[in-house]
Amino acid sequence: MNVWKIRVNLFLKYKDLLYQLVIRDIKLKYRRSFLGYLWSVLNPLFVMIIMTIVFSTMFSNNIENFPVYLFTGRMLFEFTSTSTRQAMRSVTGNAALIKKTYVPKYIFTLAKVTSCMVDLVFSFGALLIVIVATRARVTWTFLLFPLVIIQIYIFCCGLGFFLAAYNVFFRDIQYIYNAVITAWMYLTPIFYPIERLPESVQFVIKGFNPLYYYVAQFRDLVYIGKIPGPRIFWGGWLIAFIMFGVGLFVFIRKQDKFILYI
Amino acid sequence: MANENYAVEVDHVTIRFNMASEKVDNLKEYVIKLIKKQLTFQEFFALQDVSFKVKKGEAWGLIGVNGSGKSTMLKAISGILKPYKGSIKVHGEIAPLIELGAGFDPDLTARENIYLNGTVLGHSKKYMDEHFSEIVDFAELWDFLDTPIKNFSSGMKARLGFSVATMVDPDILICDEVLSVGDFLFQQKCMDRMSNMLSGGTTLLFVSHNVEQVKKLCDHAIWLEKGKVRACGEVNEVCDQYMELAKMNKSKR
Repeated sequence: MNVWKIRVNLFLKYKDLLYQLVIRDIKLKYRRSFLGYLWSVLNPLFVMIIMTIVFSTMFSNNIENFPVYLFTGRMLFEFTSTSTRQAMRSVTGNAALIKKTYVPKYIFTLAKVTSCMVDLVFSFGALLIVIVATRARVTWTFLLFPLVIIQIYIFCCGLGFFLAAYNVFFRDIQYIYNAVITAWMYLTPIFYPIERLPESVQFVIKGFNPLYYYVAQFRDLVYIGKIPGPRIFWGGWLIAFIMFGVGLFVFIRKQDKFILYI
Repeated sequence: MANENYAVEVDHVTIRFNMASEKVDNLKEYVIKLIKKQLTFQEFFALQDVSFKVKKGEAWGLIGVNGSGKSTMLKAISGILKPYKGSIKVHGEIAPLIELGAGFDPDLTARENIYLNGTVLGHSKKYMDEHFSEIVDFAELWDFLDTPIKNFSSGMKARLGFSVATMVDPDILICDEVLSVGDFLFQQKCMDRMSNMLSGGTTLLFVSHNVEQVKKLCDHAIWLEKGKVRACGEVNEVCDQYMELAKMNKSKR
């Protein structure tokens, strides 16, 4: 109990560092670029347009309002892949600092996921543009989106902790994870409807792909306009907290050895 | 309580590293080594069974040749390294000056870096707002506040780092050869500031190869050799012994 009190106090002491690190990432990302933060809106928009053209001409699809369908899935997937990839390098990347001063190391991981989160918020601007441009039907359920965003944030923090801790000892994780991310993209219904898959594959994805839970909830709220079912809603929270717990546990258990390997 | 009088208690501390040559950092190497049965780690003890106690308000100099474990000792005291055996107790707030400007991001401006580095040291944003002008005053860098740090010279970086790190009145100040950069005027200024802190009751742990500086600032000293304590006690005694070794080496050559 006492240990946790110390840990919470330590986090509160360093919360301003977290803020400064996030600010640094955001400031440096577009420094010296002409359009600056606008790229956070334009970039996903361009990718969406290209993917829409590719998938509606090369492959036949009969999804209603494909741009919004694609965008809602891709937004969350992009956040997951970028934030976890950057979180993975957060400890090794800050080696110079970790070797020189005492700082709670998980702050760096949290900062990376949080600065990607800011990007996700920016891409909501792009989502609104897509919705308006395609004259999509939007209901009040749209306003519930923060519930999904919080779930996926917790999930990505947990996964980030896990990857960051193991990346210190085995740098190969970076390359393995690249392959995992690619597989994960195709196993998540981002640009195809899940009904297109064989029953058995559908069962596996619906049960064991965490991203499915978040994408499905988000689409229910934004694209279809209904309240998500209890299975994906509570399942989403459960997965998020389990991942967070496992990630943090691994990280804390390994963190004293980081200094010897970075 | 008796131990309240101590600022730092180092009790039979041993610190172990795995030798770098034996570091296995990818799976391929790991498997090869496993098959060849070479997966034995060669241990290296950076510190062996070191004990000393620093009372509040004392100034201790750590001396010894390169690689004798001085920096490792300071890192262990500031909590960066965990001892393999033994324990370290610290009573009070530590300000580590292990490498000035370690927390600087080259692409950020001086102003942004002051905030970043301050929060790395555990200060709140509010605290930094209050002390901002004090820091820049001491570093004498008002003209370069909005210049990215990558355009700074190493001396300027050191000035800024020293100002940020010593802005607090810490209970314990840890200094690792930070005064070797910077011009002599600034070195003088830093020495003055450290003396001021000392008279204000701050405990100082100081690493330097400049024995004169150690004699000037410290009242006690510890001489480390290959991770073991060679001598420990009053500053002049230890420093004289250390200098004698240097003379002996010279005469051997």
